[in-house]
Amino acid sequence: MKHFFSGKTAAGVVAAGLVAFAAYSCAGRSGGTTLTASDAATRVYVAPGSYDEMYAFMSGGFNGQVSVYGIPSGRRLKTIPVFSQYPENGYGYNEETKPMLNTSYGFVPWDDTHHPALSQTAGEDDGRWLFINGNNTPRVARIDLARMETDEILEIPNAAGNHGSPFLTENTEYLVASTRFSVPIPNRDVPIADFKKQFKGQISFIVANEPGKMRVAFQLLVPGFNYDLARAGKGPSHGWMFLSMYNTEQANSLLEVNASQNDKDFVAAVNWKAIEACAKDGKTRSTAAGYLHNYMDEASRSAKSERIGSVAQLSPTDCKGSIFFMPTPKSPHGADVDPTGEFITAGGKLASVIPVHSFSKLLKAIEAKDFQGELDGIPVLKYESTIAGEVKNPGLGPLHTEFDANGYAYTSFFISSEIVKWKVSTREVVDRVPTYYSIGHLMVPGGGTRKPTGKYVIALNKITKDRYLGTGPELTQSAQLYDITGDKMKLLLDFPTEGEPHYAQAILASKIKDRQVKFFKLADNKHPMVSKSEKETGISRDGKKVHIKMTAIRSHFAPDNIEGITVGDTVYFHVTNLEQDWDVPHGLGVMGNNNGELLIMPGETRTLRWVPSRASVYPFYCTDFCSALHQEMQGYVRVSAPGAGVPLTATLSRGAQAAVTAKK
Amino acid sequence: MLVAVAGLLVGLAVALPLWRIDLVAPQYPEGLGLLISANTITGVKENDLNSINGLNHYIGMRVIEPDAIAELRFARPLFLALAGAGLGVAALGRRRLLLVWVAVFALVLVGGLADMWKWGYDYGHNLDPHAIIQVPGMSYQPPLIGSKQLLNFRATSWPASGGWLLALAAILAVVGTRSGRGPRTPSAPRASPVSSGA
Repeated sequence: MKHFFSGKTAAGVVAAGLVAFAAYSCAGRSGGTTLTASDAATRVYVAPGSYDEMYAFMSGGFNGQVSVYGIPSGRRLKTIPVFSQYPENGYGYNEETKPMLNTSYGFVPWDDTHHPALSQTAGEDDGRWLFINGNNTPRVARIDLARMETDEILEIPNAAGNHGSPFLTENTEYLVASTRFSVPIPNRDVPIADFKKQFKGQISFIVANEPGKMRVAFQLLVPGFNYDLARAGKGPSHGWMFLSMYNTEQANSLLEVNASQNDKDFVAAVNWKAIEACAKDGKTRSTAAGYLHNYMDEASRSAKSERIGSVAQLSPTDCKGSIFFMPTPKSPHGADVDPTGEFITAGGKLASVIPVHSFSKLLKAIEAKDFQGELDGIPVLKYESTIAGEVKNPGLGPLHTEFDANGYAYTSFFISSEIVKWKVSTREVVDRVPTYYSIGHLMVPGGGTRKPTGKYVIALNKITKDRYLGTGPELTQSAQLYDITGDKMKLLLDFPTEGEPHYAQAILASKIKDRQVKFFKLADNKHPMVSKSEKETGISRDGKKVHIKMTAIRSHFAPDNIEGITVGDTVYFHVTNLEQDWDVPHGLGVMGNNNGELLIMPGETRTLRWVPSRASVYPFYCTDFCSALHQEMQGYVRVSAPGAGVPLTATLSRGAQAAVTAKK
Repeated sequence: MLVAVAGLLVGLAVALPLWRIDLVAPQYPEGLGLLISANTITGVKENDLNSINGLNHYIGMRVIEPDAIAELRFARPLFLALAGAGLGVAALGRRRLLLVWVAVFALVLVGGLADMWKWGYDYGHNLDPHAIIQVPGMSYQPPLIGSKQLLNFRATSWPASGGWLLALAAILAVVGTRSGRGPRTPSAPRASPVSSGA
């Protein structure tokens, strides 16, 4: 999605767009309204030791993670590993988190994150969890915001390209995920040329409001189009979901051209309460499917994977009134619902207007059966009968709209590289500012909820070119912070981001910061290989497996010298961090290990697997600078050739010695 | 009456921490702290005692184990007995008993402080000869009252709520003995010197 158009195509579009530019330039191109540098600096300056006003959670795009930033300073605070292994803290390398990355395809150590979504209560961000999609191998993850850790990942069956995901209903009843690629359902070996006959889309409704228990409640089977971003209804439209789609041409080759032929595609209005009722009436079919659910077991802090064998499905014809198609201008990237729940906008990437659909008109049209036809059993409404109005000549390449609390909407324009502010009630453009360059999504804190926090709009740009010091051909990614408290939007700050930020969420820090966990209680540690004191440490052999129960505390490991390992053994270091103090993690790195390191938070146990390849003495050490004597925090493992007859022993561990004695 | 209140305050004080030692260092902006009660020593925050013991291993200080301090076993009963006796003295209203009670109270307070100082001295000076950090001439006794820099930590020691109650009780008791003298003046024969003191 980095370049919607390249080279000549872009030139052509820009040329064609000049007329449009001329038309709206009269509306006042006020991009020049910037603060003086010192005014802007004051607005984003957070004094040393002071806190930012908001947390922002940005998707890392192709790094597969989520990054946490402070707003307004734009300082990056943390990377939360989600779908990709993360050497920095051993996520996906240690035995406790490896199961998080299990899928029906096996261990998949990478994904592409796009759209973070904060959990909601009564249509407002509540700061409990953050959900995010894995775009490539369809998955959704739940991140706990008190620990800022990935706690749960659910694979989505019958999906391919989990782009239109995750979108939450206003009490987090459902997380909705639609498939980008239509595929054979169930997926099997068929000729791709049979696309129109055999390929289907689906919209999954996932129960997401109970930690560790995410599951697909039901899948609605829909025509073989490409499904894209969505929003849940709110207030009066609660109970409905609005999803965009493109490629209603059903092209399967050169989509760039072949999926850009129809003048209108659709926004689907899905009545999920109706589907819920149908499901209750037994109208769904349980269909065979194999997919994984990975969740963190709270007490042992170890992830577990379970395989699920079926999914409930239904077709629109099984459940009348469950889905309607609203025609909307060209190739929408998303649908957005304003805070009142009445207006639904669509971002037609190739559209010359921003359509504003009306929920009340939609209901009337459905009531009056004002349909222009039917598509695979789905009633297709008339464009005119659902539309409240259009924003005329808004810009080029409208993509995504968010809202403030004062009745204004902010729409990103990729091609004309700008944010346009318009009034929802009158569809009048009131301001526009340039972005540097080619904005994709934008984000107003709370801008997708019933009660936007507003104050800022953040541009998530696709191109940075000359905005920063160059870093070779691969440049930094970038976001931009604009003030929206006045009539005119004002650029305050450019700040670099990790990976490619697609979408982001922001929430007042006060909703999260006081719940931050400082360390884990050792007394509550239920890891099967925990050592709650040095007395509980030990070594044991189980055939070719050697388990080392180890502790770390400032500034030593116990045990620290281990002998009796032989080539061919698989060694597991089960290290418990005995600290019960804030900000004292310990780490473990072993020379030559074809694996990562451990980073162990106070009170938790983490396990590092190691298969030594040759007879040798191997040092290990603490990798997180923990104390003045961190550099002394080390040990050795002696690995002998098979049959060398070196007994299993360890120093600094009474338990280890006792265990060895007991075995003899 | 004053003495009765003093007795009650003594009884109340043993339910509260008597003394507090706060430790602040550059890397502990949130601080660590100990609360010394008549019957135990706890951290100001849940794991402070544990953390302080962990840090003390660098300088070779013995682990602070409340269970190993015998005084903590009988200090509370002692204070409760003192409180009971105070109430008894107040009820009886006998000046001589009052003076004895005040004297015992003063002894207990002075003895308690001296004992606390002795433990502080002991922890601060009897260090492991193999300690990781050895600064020639340096000892780590926290002040009894006041503030002192101990390596990277500033240790501040001060009475806690219970300690202040004891101090108030002591003042009341002394005032009680003085006001008790009033009725003894020849022209004012009154019922009870203690009750009239109120």
